[in-house]
Amino acid sequence: MGLSTTKFGVYNPDNPQENRITDIGPRYYWDFFPPIIQRNYGKWLYHEVLEPGVLVHVSETGEKVYTVRAGGMRIMSAAFVREICDIADRHCDGYVRFTTRNNIEFLVDSPEKVEALKKELESRKFFSGANKFPVGGTGAGITNIVHTQGYIHCHTPATDASSMVKAVMDELYNYFGSMTLPAKLRVSMACCLNMCGAVHCSDIALLGYHRKPPIIDHEWLAKMCEIPTVIASCPKAAISPGATPDGKKTVKIKDERCMFCGNCYTMCAALPLSDKEGDGVVVLAGGKLSNRISAPKFSKVVVPFLPNNFPRFPEVCETVKRIVEVYATHANKYERLGDWAERIGWEKFFELTGLPFTDHLLDDHRLAYDTYRTSTLFKYTDAAWAVSKAAGGVD
Amino acid sequence: MSFEFKPKVPQKELNYQELRIYTDEELQNPSDEELKSFKVKYDIPMLEQLESGPWPSFVADLKVEALRRRKLADDRMMISRDVVEDLLGQVELSFEHGETHWKHGGIVGVQGYGGGVIGRYSDVPDKFPGVAHFHTVRLNQPASKFYKTDFLRALADLWEFRGSGIFNLHGSTGDIVLLGTFTEQLEPIFQECAHHLSQDIGGSGSNLRTPSCCVGKARCEFALYDTQEMCYDMTMHYQDELHRPMFPYKFKFKFDGCPNGCVASIARSDLSFIGTWRDNIRIDQDAVRGYVQGDIVPNAGAHRGREWGKFDIRKEVVDRCPSGCMKYEDGVLTIDDADCVRCMHCINTMPRALRPGVDTGVTILCGAKAPILEGAQMATMIVPFMKAEPPYDNIKEVIDKAQEFWMEEGKNRERIGELIQRVGLPKFLEAVGLPPAPQHVWKPRENPYIFWKAEDVPGGFARDISDYRKRHAR
Repeated sequence: MGLSTTKFGVYNPDNPQENRITDIGPRYYWDFFPPIIQRNYGKWLYHEVLEPGVLVHVSETGEKVYTVRAGGMRIMSAAFVREICDIADRHCDGYVRFTTRNNIEFLVDSPEKVEALKKELESRKFFSGANKFPVGGTGAGITNIVHTQGYIHCHTPATDASSMVKAVMDELYNYFGSMTLPAKLRVSMACCLNMCGAVHCSDIALLGYHRKPPIIDHEWLAKMCEIPTVIASCPKAAISPGATPDGKKTVKIKDERCMFCGNCYTMCAALPLSDKEGDGVVVLAGGKLSNRISAPKFSKVVVPFLPNNFPRFPEVCETVKRIVEVYATHANKYERLGDWAERIGWEKFFELTGLPFTDHLLDDHRLAYDTYRTSTLFKYTDAAWAVSKAAGGVD
Repeated sequence: MSFEFKPKVPQKELNYQELRIYTDEELQNPSDEELKSFKVKYDIPMLEQLESGPWPSFVADLKVEALRRRKLADDRMMISRDVVEDLLGQVELSFEHGETHWKHGGIVGVQGYGGGVIGRYSDVPDKFPGVAHFHTVRLNQPASKFYKTDFLRALADLWEFRGSGIFNLHGSTGDIVLLGTFTEQLEPIFQECAHHLSQDIGGSGSNLRTPSCCVGKARCEFALYDTQEMCYDMTMHYQDELHRPMFPYKFKFKFDGCPNGCVASIARSDLSFIGTWRDNIRIDQDAVRGYVQGDIVPNAGAHRGREWGKFDIRKEVVDRCPSGCMKYEDGVLTIDDADCVRCMHCINTMPRALRPGVDTGVTILCGAKAPILEGAQMATMIVPFMKAEPPYDNIKEVIDKAQEFWMEEGKNRERIGELIQRVGLPKFLEAVGLPPAPQHVWKPRENPYIFWKAEDVPGGFARDISDYRKRHAR
């Protein structure tokens, strides 16, 4: 029986319970494994990155599986999905997989098949000339940027996601297809503080951010929202009950307490935050997830605001590239960006990257004290002399 | 080791030729010439700027889909022909305005479920009627995101017929995301997936979110437990929690096969299961010599792109060991495993010489989340080691206790990590029935404000002021 081609298909709107199937879970993974994966499940001995984007995994059975990794758009059309399937049918017996970072992986069992596959992937271009399946994203380089929805689907974004990722990946393209960095470098993007993509532990994180307190839709607030819930939603207790001149129930907001998290808007549509001039991008750096050598750590804010310059975000691209290049020049082999910054000291990070250190980079939120330096152990940079000068300590 | 796998729910054999909706002729994409001269209904100069450059262009791709829909017959799609063009038009308008044009909220879903569908409406529906409704359906992805093309092709047909034809592969939590359809198509999509593809929808809202795992034993030598099997088992065991919101807020499980953490469980899941071992790292001294002599490329070739000089085992491995538990003397590598913290660096660097132990299981961590509301949190180590074998009853017991504690004590929209912050780790450990250990902390507390309980102190808290006054004048 094929997929239905009637308006409601197997669903009967007059009797919704008829033939209803629920709670069956996802497809069983084993059925979707290529036979070589089934045969060698749990038997892998070691792997090697043969060249950027090409991995080989060697099994104790003697079998080898070769993976060719292609970077991709997370948002893709049915036409594009079919193109992936065409390639997988032609080269991989009808199997394909996706990675956590939205790359597409094609698995084959011989080096000859790798060459044919690579040739096919590299030959496929969009009508505009953009690559469809760039090969890379392995080892000590930059793989695909994970990101969120932005203007494509989200109701709270402070910037767009797909466009920023396209613009930044165009800039970082050479790092995707090569392995020249001291360690892997992960760039992630989320279009508001909700961080659906959980970018807060990335080597470089791009974060959409609002900078204006919510506008209050006094006419509608009481009709659309429960006022106690709205008040309770603010982590800074900036919202309190209010009334309009004509006696309608509403809320007041203490602007100076607002940290622009947007939680009130999530709870109440009558409190929108987004604003053309107010919204933009925060850049964070130095986070990681792996337990390798050092513990996982959060990214730190290194640029408090960059404007939303659609569609190419030149300031964001320039900043990311600058951080990557300085890191590539200075870090030791195996050293992740955050480990490097900690080794040389963040004061040196700002000196080397030339990123301005502003008052917005000093924490004034909860647990801020943990970030204040309570020691005479520091390094001199121009920034230090500027403070000494301001204090009258040096000429 | 031999494995025997049996799906827990009957799985339909998939054959695209039987399932398909569209004919080969209908599936023909427009030519590059047609696409180059194709103008969508609206002027989209900023979006069209994104067609250039080497990285794959979602704009160019969406144009292919837009032109495909122009060519399909009216009865070959159940929602607006213009959905893709209207989406592009609305995004361009968002660029102009610097503000999104999706409305907040809108509750839609499928009967009996409280999650899995995200309602979305345009706030400029008169301008862009094709996206007046643009609801998302999350489908529960198969573990590690392996696919047969029969499944993907059938899904592409289904989604082009009943929705926008636009996917996210995949959403950040892991789901297959079907992006954009009208309300009346939600139930048909859900039941078509169930009946024809043996495929259920995933989670959204205040419920268990779709669990996800790394590539695991399917293609990784480091996987220290069966992440796919455990992810699938937990997904099936907690179906009710996945589909029917019953929690204070979202709850995520993620399964990482080793401390390298490829699905980022430690940073973004309420319960993080990370593969580990408790015996000794296996050493092949011949392979160690292979690395030292330069016969085997270090770090699995991940640094091939740059000349880093000859491999230096002391500099690159021994001196980088975070616990200093390694020695390389007289051509022999030794590890004091009692001091090893299992960071994986030596194993990652010399995978052919060093392998994790064979007595494996999981470390369980709890409470990670992104910043909203109380700031970002990393997961806290809760159980140092636990065997992880089907049917995972030992682990389900820990999960049930943690969730029960959270459901009883948690406030609306409070993640379990925030609850632990609010009431303290001791209360959580007590609720889960675990003794405290130095492994739970980086260091003991620095403040002495200890919450002693009445039962901790001889005589309890109840005292008599007149008795006190017998000894002390007022």
